[in-house]
Amino acid sequence: MNNATKTLVNGILKENPTFGLVLGMCPTLATTTSAINGMSMGLATMFVLICSNVVISMLKNVIPDKVRIPSFIVVIAAFVTILQMVMQAYVPSIYETLGLFIPLIVVNCIVLGRAEAFAAKNSVGLSALDGIGMGVGFTLALTIIGAIRELLGTGCLFGYNLYSDHYGMLIFVLAPGAFICLGYVMALVQKLMKKD
Amino acid sequence: MLYFLIFVSAIFVNNIVLSQFLGICPFLGVSKKIDTALGMGAAVTFVLTLATIVTYLLQLLLVKWGIEFLQTILFILVIAAMVQMIEIVLKKISPSLYQALGVFLPLITTNCCLLGVAILVANGTNKLPGELDHNLLTGTIFAFATALGFTLALILFAGMREQLAMNKVPKAMQGTPIALLTAGLLAMAFMGFSGVV
Repeated sequence: MNNATKTLVNGILKENPTFGLVLGMCPTLATTTSAINGMSMGLATMFVLICSNVVISMLKNVIPDKVRIPSFIVVIAAFVTILQMVMQAYVPSIYETLGLFIPLIVVNCIVLGRAEAFAAKNSVGLSALDGIGMGVGFTLALTIIGAIRELLGTGCLFGYNLYSDHYGMLIFVLAPGAFICLGYVMALVQKLMKKD
Repeated sequence: MLYFLIFVSAIFVNNIVLSQFLGICPFLGVSKKIDTALGMGAAVTFVLTLATIVTYLLQLLLVKWGIEFLQTILFILVIAAMVQMIEIVLKKISPSLYQALGVFLPLITTNCCLLGVAILVANGTNKLPGELDHNLLTGTIFAFATALGFTLALILFAGMREQLAMNKVPKAMQGTPIALLTAGLLAMAFMGFSGVV
């Protein structure tokens, strides 16, 4: 495997932001009430991640080392503001549902973490690939957790009814279900990862 | 009575960690010992209350000048600057606490509950009991109560994890998974408060 594919796959499997690095837990728990919500949140984060990775990688030689973190935060916040405006204009219903967690992408540890750990040290192309890989990994994780919670809680999957919601366990859509579901999925991933 | 309701609502009914999912990172990260949990809680209480006052006033200016879209950028910058300041002060006043919190103090900047509460109060998304809007006083009280709720959740969770450390946990569940399950049970207990206010 060459360097580029390695970077891309790294974020999806080995260093998956949710299961491997355990970063960005707040949106992971809060926005996964359904598969669609989880996926939208993942895609929104992916957009910011790719853009900020590219720009920070371009600016890495211009930014003085001492004001590194504040500069990164300003770049990230700028892209989050753009995202907020675009989402408000084109997908207002999703913007309403995700609510507070869109501006909170600024303080998502994954975005700042990748800027610091990867984009500040690597070329623009590789940083973009890292952004895509991490973004896809995060989106996948959120969609999986969202799907499980939606299925167990309401009997639906991506909005399609699979069984009567009389048998749904509402607790999985509520707060405790988020913790419990993520805990079990993570345990499963740990078990599978240990094998190889 | 209103102020009392704000306290009960922010600490128990709508606990910031267990029902709003803000500030999960420090909740999972610094909750291995009760002492550090207490220190982290104190730091967050201090910063959160101050940050909410400052950002509330800032929002009035933003609305006056018609540049609300700069909210996210400005808020995070103000919060980052304040955390930096508090870090310097803490280093001078209490080196032992500074040592204990270690890497987590700079991470308060990226603690979502700071920015989250600031935005909730400034935008009026969070309503007081009786659908009233926040003013400066209620906003401050709400921020303080929220931080107390954060501290309470953190200390309870740290206590549970101290007990947990003495027990045998299946290999796959070790570390974060079992912590998440414990947090889930704690959240379930806090659900019992819903409907109180």
